[in-house]
Amino acid sequence: MAEAGKDERSMRRPTTIFIVVLLMCAGACAKKQPPLAPQPAPPPAATAPVAPPAPGAPPPQRVEESVPVPAISEDSIGNRTLEDLNRNSPLQPAFFGLDSFELDDAGRAVVASNAEILKKYPTWMVTVEGHCDERGTAEYNLALGERRAVAVKTYLVALGVSPDRLRTVSYGKEFPFDAGHSESAWSKNRRAHFVITSK
Amino acid sequence: MNVTWATLVAACCVVALAAQAPQTPAAPAPQQPSEIQLVISGEPGTPPRYAVPDFVALSPDLADAAKTLGQVLWDDLNFEREFYMIPRDTYATIPVARTPEDVPFNAWRELGADAVVYGTVQKVDANTVRVQVRLFNVRSRQSVFAKEYTGSATTARLYAHTMSDEIHQQQRALRGVARTKLTFASDRNREKVAGPVQNRDVKEVYIADYDGENQRRVTTNRQLNITPVWAPDARGIAYTSYRRGYPDIFIALIYQGIQETPTNGVGQNWLPVFSPDGTRICFTSNRDGNPELYVMNRDGSNVRRITNNPAIDTTPTWSPNGTQISFVSDRGGTPQIYIMGADGLNLRRITQNESWADRPTWAPAPFNEIAFSARTGPGFDIKVYDLASGTTRQITFGEGSNESPAFSPNGRHLAFASSRNGGRYEIYTMARDGKNVKQITRDGSNYTPSWSN
Repeated sequence: MAEAGKDERSMRRPTTIFIVVLLMCAGACAKKQPPLAPQPAPPPAATAPVAPPAPGAPPPQRVEESVPVPAISEDSIGNRTLEDLNRNSPLQPAFFGLDSFELDDAGRAVVASNAEILKKYPTWMVTVEGHCDERGTAEYNLALGERRAVAVKTYLVALGVSPDRLRTVSYGKEFPFDAGHSESAWSKNRRAHFVITSK
Repeated sequence: MNVTWATLVAACCVVALAAQAPQTPAAPAPQQPSEIQLVISGEPGTPPRYAVPDFVALSPDLADAAKTLGQVLWDDLNFEREFYMIPRDTYATIPVARTPEDVPFNAWRELGADAVVYGTVQKVDANTVRVQVRLFNVRSRQSVFAKEYTGSATTARLYAHTMSDEIHQQQRALRGVARTKLTFASDRNREKVAGPVQNRDVKEVYIADYDGENQRRVTTNRQLNITPVWAPDARGIAYTSYRRGYPDIFIALIYQGIQETPTNGVGQNWLPVFSPDGTRICFTSNRDGNPELYVMNRDGSNVRRITNNPAIDTTPTWSPNGTQISFVSDRGGTPQIYIMGADGLNLRRITQNESWADRPTWAPAPFNEIAFSARTGPGFDIKVYDLASGTTRQITFGEGSNESPAFSPNGRHLAFASSRNGGRYEIYTMARDGKNVKQITRDGSNYTPSWSN
C-alpha cells in the first residue's frame, strides 16, 4: 500500500527528479553514462526490469526509472521518527532480475540516490535487506538474497558511504512485499530493501 | 514430551509365550514347538494378509484407548506396505475374543487373514495402564509375537507405534518409522514480526509425529525460525533463526528446553545439517563475504571452510557414512547439485539437465540416492538421483510446487513441502516411489521438513 502511495507521488514530479538522478549519477559513477532522453513517468507496477516475461503478458517495460527522491524538506526528514521514516522511506528499494544479484542501471540509480541521502544524514544506520520472489526454492534464495544485499552494500561503499553504517541481511523469499503470484508481484519482491535502524 | 511408557520387560520372551499358546487338538500341528516358524507368510507370491481388530478394554473406561490402539497399529503397519492390511470394517462383525484362547481362528481363516493381532488394555491404577499384544499365525494358531507395555494411560498411540516397529522388525527385519517425528517451520500462529517493516509473518519451528499427530511448537521467539533439522539422536533440532536480526544457527534440545548457539556470533549462518554421527554440523555462512560451506563440531569448535568459490555454495547434506557432502552451487550459472568429500576435495556436478536444482538430501543406506527439488515448469518437483547408475527419476509430477525433500530414517519415504492443495505450502509424506502421498499439516503454511531417526 505504501509503495503505491510513493509511486503516485513520484509521478507528480517526474522531470525534476529525473534530472536530479542524472546529476547524481554523473557525479557518482566512475563510468560515464550516456545521456538519457527524458522518459514518461513509469507506470507504478513496472518498478524493475524483468527477466523472462510471463507468456501472454505484455512485454515488460524496461524503464530508466526516475528515482523518487521525496521532495520533502530536509527538516521534515530529520524530524521524522524512525518508525515513520521506515513506513514511508526516503530510501527506495533497488530491484533485481530473476535469479540475478546484479544491479542494473535503474538499480544503480536508486542506490546512488540513497547514497546521497545517507551522506546527508551521516548518523543514520541502515540495514540492507535482500529479498527474492517465490519462484525460487526457499533454501537457495537465502543465499541469493544475501548476494543482493551485499551487491547493494558494495555499491554504496563505492559511492562513499561508510561500511560501518551498513548491515546486510537476507530474508530469501520469507517476507514477500506483495503476496501475489504474478510477475508484477514477483518483480516487487526481488529487491534490496533499506531499513533505517537508528538516526 | 514424556517417553514414560516403560516396556516392563516384554512379559515373556517370544518363544516362551508362543510355546504356551494353546494347542488346539483339532488344529494341524505341522511343526514341533521347538521349530516354531516366527515369520508369518502369505499365499505364495502375495504378502501376508493382516487383520488388526480393536483391542479389548479390560477396564470399563478404556474403550477409546482400545479403539485407538487397533486403528493406529493398523495405520502404522499399513504405512510400510509390507503386509496386505485387511480393511478394518470388513471384520467388524467378527466377535471380540475376551481371552487369547477365544480368538475365533475359523472366522479369521474365512476372512483370508494370515495374521491377526489380539491385544488388551487394562487399568493398573488411576494413571497407569497395561497393554498386552499378541500376533497370531492364523493357520498354525500360534502366537509368534507377544509384548506387554505398562505406562501412562494417555499415550495409546505410542504403544501402537512401538508394537508396529517391533512387528516390522521381527517379521520383516525392517526398521519401521512409527515412532519417528517430523520437524518443520510454520506460520500457523498468524503472528507478525515486531519491527520497522509491517506485515511480516512469524515462523516458528514445530514438531509432529510421523503421521501428523501431536503437532507442537518448539520455538516461541516470534521471529523468523526456519530450516529445522533433527540431530541424529532425535533429541535436538538445529535451525536458522533471525531472533538477533540476522540468520544464525541455534540448536533446541527439545526435551531439556535448552538452546545452544554453536556459531558464537561469527558472521551470519544458516541451513545447518548434522553429520550422521551427530558430532559435526555443515552450514552456509557469509563470514568470508560470500555464501560458502563450513563444517564445525557440534559445540562450534574446529570450524573449517570446505568450499572456496565466488559463486553461491549452500544447502548441504551429508552422505550416510559422513565422508561426503552434497550441496548446491550456482558456479555453473544456475543452481545445481554437486558432491564433494567432507574435506572439500573431489568435487563433481551431478545434475546436468536441470534449470534450477536445490535441497539435495542423501538417502540413508542401503539406498545410494540423493533426492532434490528441480524446476519442472512454473514450480518444482522432487527427483531422485541414483549414484550408482547416474540416472534420475522423478517422483512428483506438477501437482503444485514440490520442494525440500527429506528422507525417512529407513529411506523408504520422503517428507516434502507442496503447494498442491490450494496454493499454500503444507507438509506431506510419500513412499520413495512417489505413491501413498499423505498430507501431514493443514494449519497455516508449513515448510522445509526434516525426518527424525
